[in-house]
Amino acid sequence: MVGIVAYGAYLPRYRLERKTAAKAMAWINPAVWGLAGGEKAVAGADEDAVTLAAAAARNACRFRVEPACTALFAASCTFPYGERQNAAILREALSLPEGALAVDVTGSTRAGTSAVLAAAAHVSSGASSQALAVASDARRAKMGSAEELLYGDAGAALLLGREGVVAELVGSYGLSADFPGPLRESERKLARSWEERWIRDEGYLSLIPKAVKAYLAQARMAPEAFSTVIYPCPYPREHAVIGAKLGLAPDRIADPLAAQVGDTGAAHPLLMLCRALESASPGSHILVVGYGSGVDVLHFRITDAARSFQPAWTFEALAARKAVLAPYEKAAAFRELIPVETGLRGEFQAETPLSVQWRYRRAILGLEGTRCRRCGTPQFPPQRICAVGECQAVDETEPYLFSDKPARIFSYTGDNLAFSLDPPQIYGIVDFEGGGRMMLDFTDCALEAIRVDQPVELHLRRKYHDAQRGVHTYFWKAVPVESAGR
Amino acid sequence: MATGIKDKVAIIGMGCTRFGERWNDGAEDLMVEAFQEALQDAGIEKKEIEAAWLGTCFDEVNIGKSAIPLAQALKLPNIPVTRVENFCATGTEAFRGACYAVASGACRIALALGVEKLKDTGYGGLPGFDTAMGTLNRFILPNFTAPGGFALMATRYFAKYGISPEEGKMALAKISAKSHRCGAMNPKAHLRKEITPEQVLKAPIIAWPLGLFDCCGVSDGAAAAIVTTPDVARALGKTPVLVKALQIAATSGEEMVTTRWDGTYLKTTTEAAKRAYAEAGISRPRDELSVLEVHDCFSITELVTYEDLQISERGRAIRDINDGFFHLEGKIPCQSDGGLKCFGHPIGASGIRMIYEVYTQLLHRAGPRQIRDPKLGLTHNLGGIPSFSVCSVGIFGL
Repeated sequence: MVGIVAYGAYLPRYRLERKTAAKAMAWINPAVWGLAGGEKAVAGADEDAVTLAAAAARNACRFRVEPACTALFAASCTFPYGERQNAAILREALSLPEGALAVDVTGSTRAGTSAVLAAAAHVSSGASSQALAVASDARRAKMGSAEELLYGDAGAALLLGREGVVAELVGSYGLSADFPGPLRESERKLARSWEERWIRDEGYLSLIPKAVKAYLAQARMAPEAFSTVIYPCPYPREHAVIGAKLGLAPDRIADPLAAQVGDTGAAHPLLMLCRALESASPGSHILVVGYGSGVDVLHFRITDAARSFQPAWTFEALAARKAVLAPYEKAAAFRELIPVETGLRGEFQAETPLSVQWRYRRAILGLEGTRCRRCGTPQFPPQRICAVGECQAVDETEPYLFSDKPARIFSYTGDNLAFSLDPPQIYGIVDFEGGGRMMLDFTDCALEAIRVDQPVELHLRRKYHDAQRGVHTYFWKAVPVESAGR
Repeated sequence: MATGIKDKVAIIGMGCTRFGERWNDGAEDLMVEAFQEALQDAGIEKKEIEAAWLGTCFDEVNIGKSAIPLAQALKLPNIPVTRVENFCATGTEAFRGACYAVASGACRIALALGVEKLKDTGYGGLPGFDTAMGTLNRFILPNFTAPGGFALMATRYFAKYGISPEEGKMALAKISAKSHRCGAMNPKAHLRKEITPEQVLKAPIIAWPLGLFDCCGVSDGAAAAIVTTPDVARALGKTPVLVKALQIAATSGEEMVTTRWDGTYLKTTTEAAKRAYAEAGISRPRDELSVLEVHDCFSITELVTYEDLQISERGRAIRDINDGFFHLEGKIPCQSDGGLKCFGHPIGASGIRMIYEVYTQLLHRAGPRQIRDPKLGLTHNLGGIPSFSVCSVGIFGL
């Protein structure tokens, strides 16, 4: 049996209330008032498709990917790099073995479900006992456009395997179509769409029912056999019409999370699935639809083992852990939609030495340090000579992973002098359980809520983006945990 | 067995520019100004200087690398000139080079000059650290600044000793207000206005819990010292101000890499002070020292330095602050010239500027700031941030 053995979603902490965006931009397009309900999840200034994917995968794998996982399929339409494999960055961050297969799956919002199918096929072939499919998106659209209100940012990850399957992949169906719904040239950042009515009627309303019906015929199943049917469609009315066209009872249609999260592109069907899996009953069936340049249909059956797994953070916990992002201009600046005054200090950007990044990739992306074999003290960055005064053993070290260790705040500050797009720049020193200390940026927190000794979680984040040279750098940041999270 | 440097080196001349935003003066102007004062004070001719050390830190915004800018500015006649850099402890590092040269007999008279032209960056505060910490640290250190690095120590100190932010910030405010009183009396200081602790508390936050008046200024400046042996000094008819101790300690990395350090003190200051007291033969610093010039880059730095120098007991510095122990009229005045707080901190110059004040006090030239009958003065010059630091401690007497 091949299926999902672990799953986890990730929502960025920030929410943009749609009325905030509409209030700012309706002057140019009053129609956005029609979409101004609810809120959407938006990436912070230090998040992108890579960091959202890393967080989702760490959630699914409870902070440590098992060595049995030797394949990674990473899906997104908005990966920062067109060349320099994003999956390779993620493989290093997740400390997957160097021999693991790493693949970027991109070009369509259907990439998320396609990555799941690829991962399942990889496991079925016997090439890996486990394969990770992760999808994430942080799509940008023009200010004043409908997409700017509809799109949300998130990540979701599914670990496929044979042992401990919580949801068996029973069958699937694929339909490929060059339907140029939203389209975006490789060189561009912002999406562009043909007439919305055409996108709804000829796209969502036509293609999704067509593919689902084809799968049902292939599997000889009736729609009622499914306790939950998951499909994306960011327009609330049309989302309901699709269900009606398929003859689904409203209680079988999964909430598309439009009011809470927005349409998160490649991540969206997986995100909805992660949420559904948390409460799915053993024996029930779930249908998952991926949409974009065609349709993927995936059929899962929930196993008796379903209750034995829980991600590190449940969807509920992720949804509850939020902060409102306002004003709208701040959200726009985060996404580099408008230039802001960074001050001369913020303008300075030295060249990123990529040979250094490569030499220390395990430390930088994997947060791997050393442990002294003589005195047992974990140390970061890796040391040749043990830093413990009375030990000082030379070259008696072994690799030591910090990314999965609990840590606590030793000290902190909120710095108004350092340039930050989200001031103050909060950072501090954290001490790791089991030993080791780092000075790290903090993120996703308010200065007033931080205290010494507070537990933190570690997240891979963007360190900076050198727009002039097209370089994104990543490192780990500490996120203070507001309540006992683990 | 090493015999140390006590009484082997004498300062015979010193110079110090006015510190401040010297928009219309370049590093050359500052170097010439400090040097000419020192030369005149020493009463020697330039050609008698046989070697020179230049201390300067941020070459990118300043005078560039190498010692050539000093040799050229002063037109030194092809003598050995060396540039040194050790973060904010750079000035004392230059002074140490000159002292070792004369103490070893390698030359008869040597010059140490520290300079920093900081106000050509286009913004407040020090230049960013991202290129100053090496290539690996570019990837793994946070986006930090100097006030933030020291703020971490304030947070830690308050937490360890159970001090509320209000109580802690008030103690820090008193430190800054105390220094401003001295700075107001010093024509060479950059900031010459008295401030009250209440004003300090109301200032905008730079890096929590440190506010604007918890931070030293950012200035341009230069300071110079001419040193020789005590015998030569006496032969020249000078009252030699003697170097009693000169110690530098750099972190081994233990504070940052392991969890042993509690973040409420400077290990390097503690070690350098211990060695300096041993070198100078001081066993009871609280009773024996007359004046302190410490590295008050931030108010919290001055507070923990009282403890690291064994003047205040650990955790008890606030009591001494409240007692006025470090006031100009107190038992051991600290920052009688106004300190970094009022002078600002042109990196390369600060260590020598501190020595300039101790020298001035020991020779009874401090005017309205003069301390009664000073015997021994201490300078403390600190580089880096508390978790990775380099610290020098100098002790001077007649």
